[in-house]
Amino acid sequence: MNKIFEIPLYPYARSADQDAPAPVRHKVVVVGAGPIGLGAAIDLAQQGVEVVILDDNDKVSFGSRAVCYAKRPLEILDRLGCGKRMVEKGVEWNVGKVFFDERLVYEFNLLPEDGHEFPAFINLQQYYFEEYMVDRVRELQAEGAPIEIRGRNKVAAVGVHDDHVAIEVDTPEGPYNLEADWLIACDGANSSIRAMLGLDFIGRVFEDNFLIADIIMEADFPTERWFWFDPPFNRGQSALLHKQPDNVWRIDFQLGWDIDREREKKPENVIPRLKAMLGEDAQFELEWVSIYTFQCRRMEKFRHGRVIFAGDSAHQVSPFGARGANSGLQDTDNLCWKLKLVIDGKATESLLDSYDFERIQGADENILNSTRSTDFITPKSEMSRLLRDAVLDLSEHYEFARPLVNSGRLSVPCIHDGSPLNSADALAGGPARSRPGAPCPDAPLGDEFLLPKLGGRFVLLTIDADAPDLIEEDGIEVTRLALSVKDDPTMALKERYLGEADSAVYLIRPDQIVAARRPSFDDNLIRAAIRRATGKE
Amino acid sequence: MAELILTPNIDNPDDFYAELLATHEGLDKAASDALNARLVLILANHIGDRQVLSQALAAAALKEED
Repeated sequence: MNKIFEIPLYPYARSADQDAPAPVRHKVVVVGAGPIGLGAAIDLAQQGVEVVILDDNDKVSFGSRAVCYAKRPLEILDRLGCGKRMVEKGVEWNVGKVFFDERLVYEFNLLPEDGHEFPAFINLQQYYFEEYMVDRVRELQAEGAPIEIRGRNKVAAVGVHDDHVAIEVDTPEGPYNLEADWLIACDGANSSIRAMLGLDFIGRVFEDNFLIADIIMEADFPTERWFWFDPPFNRGQSALLHKQPDNVWRIDFQLGWDIDREREKKPENVIPRLKAMLGEDAQFELEWVSIYTFQCRRMEKFRHGRVIFAGDSAHQVSPFGARGANSGLQDTDNLCWKLKLVIDGKATESLLDSYDFERIQGADENILNSTRSTDFITPKSEMSRLLRDAVLDLSEHYEFARPLVNSGRLSVPCIHDGSPLNSADALAGGPARSRPGAPCPDAPLGDEFLLPKLGGRFVLLTIDADAPDLIEEDGIEVTRLALSVKDDPTMALKERYLGEADSAVYLIRPDQIVAARRPSFDDNLIRAAIRRATGKE
Repeated sequence: MAELILTPNIDNPDDFYAELLATHEGLDKAASDALNARLVLILANHIGDRQVLSQALAAAALKEED
């Protein structure tokens, strides 16, 4: 068996840094080559910021792990140059079925809105996800971008200084030292950087074990998410079936707390469980088996001077709702443009405080939602279970109970209401979904789409409004994108950006989040909004 | 005649459900049962309409398909 996750994709190679007489200083060091670390590094390299990724491993994710990727992260990944390949390989799905005991009680369709380039969700094994990102790193290197990935480079110690971070790295050929102006810690829920800095990571522990079995199976099951509460084949617990590419199926069994983890992981114990679920005659092969527990917790602050945490190292959620990798990519999307401005001297470090504000807001929303899903899926008291079962019984008969069924509230991006970078909403009648602090919704423009036109820079989006083609305010360049409602005959652009208004001017950040909007251009007010969006007011 | 509402009618259902669970938190089963009984009576009084209450009782018994 030669799976992609068994092949070293970035094997250890001696770096010139290891032979340098004094520690070499880099602009940014990213620790961890998972989806979030790779995302951060690619984003920075695309902006011309020199970046080195250090990873203690040399392979992509072992096993499928995070498999469910949502629209907003896919849009971000498109800007990073790998979203389309992921969608092509991934499995799209919209229908979910909820079973209680032996009965189908409820079926939902995500009913994705038309006029978006990317689907609501795809399923894709994390190893493919990371492989495509490593390929993108190689592509950037071939273009001469300043990005490097160092396998089997394990950070052994960090020293945080006012203007840099000193890093000691262990390699198969012994240790060496380097320095970074900035360190982004993307080293996962068990972050060693966080431990080295002695930072706390507080939250709620859930006393439950879940068994993941990825199986390769030729099966006629539809491409749907099937979720069972208290099924005959896993009495008193839950189960999930979800399709991935290459006929790999993710099966997830709740096991409860008092179990022998090593015993439960053995194929001779896993296979009977699978046969009870899929039928005695089901033909399948085990690809990967794992048992996990989880916590919902976050760091008090994500930025500690020159060290910035992103992804699971900063916040951890239960897997229900696909809010781990999906939110981590929104962390780096939020961070990288701000860091670029600070590195270029076009904004002060205080801009980075808004990363803390906005992404802690996002993390808290994700923790709240995934905690509630977990409370529904794994009731912690007799009454909690009674109420849960009552909701499920009622949902089979009455529509009203269905919104209460919670098998995971699927990841949607946070709207950063109250962010210090927002200017007050000045577009009377404008749609709530594109208010300041909201990520821009996509919209069709003939054969093209809106979001790729926004790209990763400051944009002044004008819809049936006049404005200068280029504004420069204190080093920040803002390029105009002039559109008209006539550019979209489906009227999605009007519905998503004008609402009741006749015209609009939107100031949009490089992470495609609305900073300000008003009915028409006003030089003073737009300049103030630019200053505010870059932490200068 | 008033009709029992059986379509979604609560804003932010997840917030409501979380508050309901929180109200029960820390209670033993007997205390939880008693709380539920009080809650039924309070909500019934708020509804008031006898026909709606009769429909609600039948709906809760899941009798419509028998």
